[in-house]
Amino acid sequence: MSSTKKIVIVGATSAIAEHCARLWVQREAAEMVLVGRDAARLASVSADLKVRSPQSSFRFLCTDFLDSTAIQATVDAVGAAGAPDIVLIAHGALPDQGECQESLAACRDALMLNGVSPALFAEAFAEAMHKVGRGTIVLIGSVAGDRGRKSNYVYGSAKGMVSRYAQGLQHRFAGSSVKVVLLKPGPTDTPMTAHLKTQGAKLASVESVAAQIVAAIERGRPVAYVPGKWRLIMQIIRHLPAFVFNKLNI
Amino acid sequence: MTLLSSWGRLGTHMHRIVGLTDPARVAPLIGAGQGPGLARGMGRSYGDACLNPEGTLWLTEGLDRFVSFDEQSGRLVCNAGVLLRDIQQLSVPRGWILPVTPGTQMVTVGGAIANDVHGKNHHLLGTFGDHVLRLKLIRTDGEVIECSPTQRPEWFAATVGGLGLTGVIVEAEIQLRRVAGPWLDTEIVPYANLEEFFHLADATEADWEHSVSWVDCITGDGGRGLFMRANPAPAQACPEPRRRQLTVPVVPPFSLVNKLSVLPFNTAYYRLKKWKAGRSLAHYEPFLYPLDNLHEWNRLYGPKGFFQYQSVVPREVGREAVQSMLREVARHGEGSFLAVLKTFSERPAVGMLSFPRAGVTLTLDLPNKGERTSALLGRLDALVQEAGGRLYPAKDARMPRTLFESGYPRLNEFLKYRDPNISSGLSRRLMGS
Repeated sequence: MSSTKKIVIVGATSAIAEHCARLWVQREAAEMVLVGRDAARLASVSADLKVRSPQSSFRFLCTDFLDSTAIQATVDAVGAAGAPDIVLIAHGALPDQGECQESLAACRDALMLNGVSPALFAEAFAEAMHKVGRGTIVLIGSVAGDRGRKSNYVYGSAKGMVSRYAQGLQHRFAGSSVKVVLLKPGPTDTPMTAHLKTQGAKLASVESVAAQIVAAIERGRPVAYVPGKWRLIMQIIRHLPAFVFNKLNI
Repeated sequence: MTLLSSWGRLGTHMHRIVGLTDPARVAPLIGAGQGPGLARGMGRSYGDACLNPEGTLWLTEGLDRFVSFDEQSGRLVCNAGVLLRDIQQLSVPRGWILPVTPGTQMVTVGGAIANDVHGKNHHLLGTFGDHVLRLKLIRTDGEVIECSPTQRPEWFAATVGGLGLTGVIVEAEIQLRRVAGPWLDTEIVPYANLEEFFHLADATEADWEHSVSWVDCITGDGGRGLFMRANPAPAQACPEPRRRQLTVPVVPPFSLVNKLSVLPFNTAYYRLKKWKAGRSLAHYEPFLYPLDNLHEWNRLYGPKGFFQYQSVVPREVGREAVQSMLREVARHGEGSFLAVLKTFSERPAVGMLSFPRAGVTLTLDLPNKGERTSALLGRLDALVQEAGGRLYPAKDARMPRTLFESGYPRLNEFLKYRDPNISSGLSRRLMGS
């Protein structure tokens, strides 16, 4: 393709998304649209990327991640400037499981933000890509979505929904030039997991996770675990019989 | 609570961790006040300047955004958590380079300012702080202080080299320097003793931008070594070298840098480099940051960690003082693989607590062998104090308060600018709070 790549990042202030953006623009100039909720933070992310790649162009859009009308309007606004080549849907927030159990409102918000909202963005972009017959949709799932467990099943079930959604889209676009990539990061060292680090957990660096994500998108693998070791770990966890699994304190 | 140590790995301490990611949200986080806190970047200080045992650490690695870069003037504005490596990788291809960098580029801008780091070109370009045009400091009471050498200069002088104790640095504007490309014309000149070293140093200052020397401090008291110097080279057609990154994967059960390894290592290093002496072309990365491709090299010193001991003594007494220190190290018998000798120029320091001053600086890495090492370091302290010298706080984990006070005559002036809710292991040890 001769023209510059059009890349859309939803949840552009998330650490993983921001590092992916840095890698993309360092490689080659791009036309990038950054979608988020906080205009000031989007502006600083966009200024940083502009310093890293003066040849690239950046635009940012603020939207409500939980409002289907706003999501559709955002996707339409993005599409008006030409169909994107890559859409990375990366927003999310790790909720406190205990709080979700105590408050249905917190539970609903976590499910909406981590599950329903990414699915709606994917659906809206899928429709736009279907029309032009090409493009890549990248969804960030999580290893937490592979099997529900007591310590974070609210987040896990939302991410599980993202997985199933990606699977469905992959089926829908099989044989076409629209690609759907699902990434499942393990625990990563980001602001979202700062409290895990405080508990002494070993986290992968966000730089290396972003590099693996960008590589996985390039290869166009339908599902990629980052780091790769999580494929094996989750395979084991998924296949543990319930009488063993239920005894685990995870 | 999380266990963290500093680069010297002398011990781990419990810390409450708070990640900073957005300059606009720093004030409420550091003002939240659960006892005194301390900003920490990459934790490359060797001793306790980057530790706040049982207290809070505000990690700045997430403050990693560039704000603007003017390719005409070379002025770069960035957040304090940006790594020097990221600046170099961004600017060198565009014809600009950081004027001053320390021996590793894996440090943050905030850390480089707070320790007013120096490099191999101190005789020409001074310290990192000499090239900071402006910085933004946030105090724990919410006050934002913008300062520069001309705007609120007293705050600038307190903060540059101020060990993070005057507030949290969130942003800085840095003047970069024109460069033709990433290449350096280098030369290695072996020398047989300290006299030759000083001759070489004097002859080098006028014509070479970078100079540093490795000194073999184990074979007798001769002070033989290798003088390495370099100048920026014109643009080259050759491709950039590939980075080969290695990691020390585990902490060995004992220091691999020891009596048995240092003698053969030093001898081999000296002979190999002597054999390769002369001029050659080098990429700036391996020349300026020789250990950056060996990740976690500090693990080589084993579970007890190591001390880095960096002193500067006035030039008039430099030769005798350095000779005596090398003799002490040789007599101690454990040796030091990393022993670096360099001269500093007359240039006045930017910060009240900046380390560099006119004279000669000696850096030693010594594995921690408990009492034996403490005793040696105590004898070195006496030599430094007698010579009217000082130690580098960024490297220090144990200097006596008297040596700190005699080495830093502007200490009392500095104390007025301290933030009462910021404290480090070092500040409690050397400043009482």
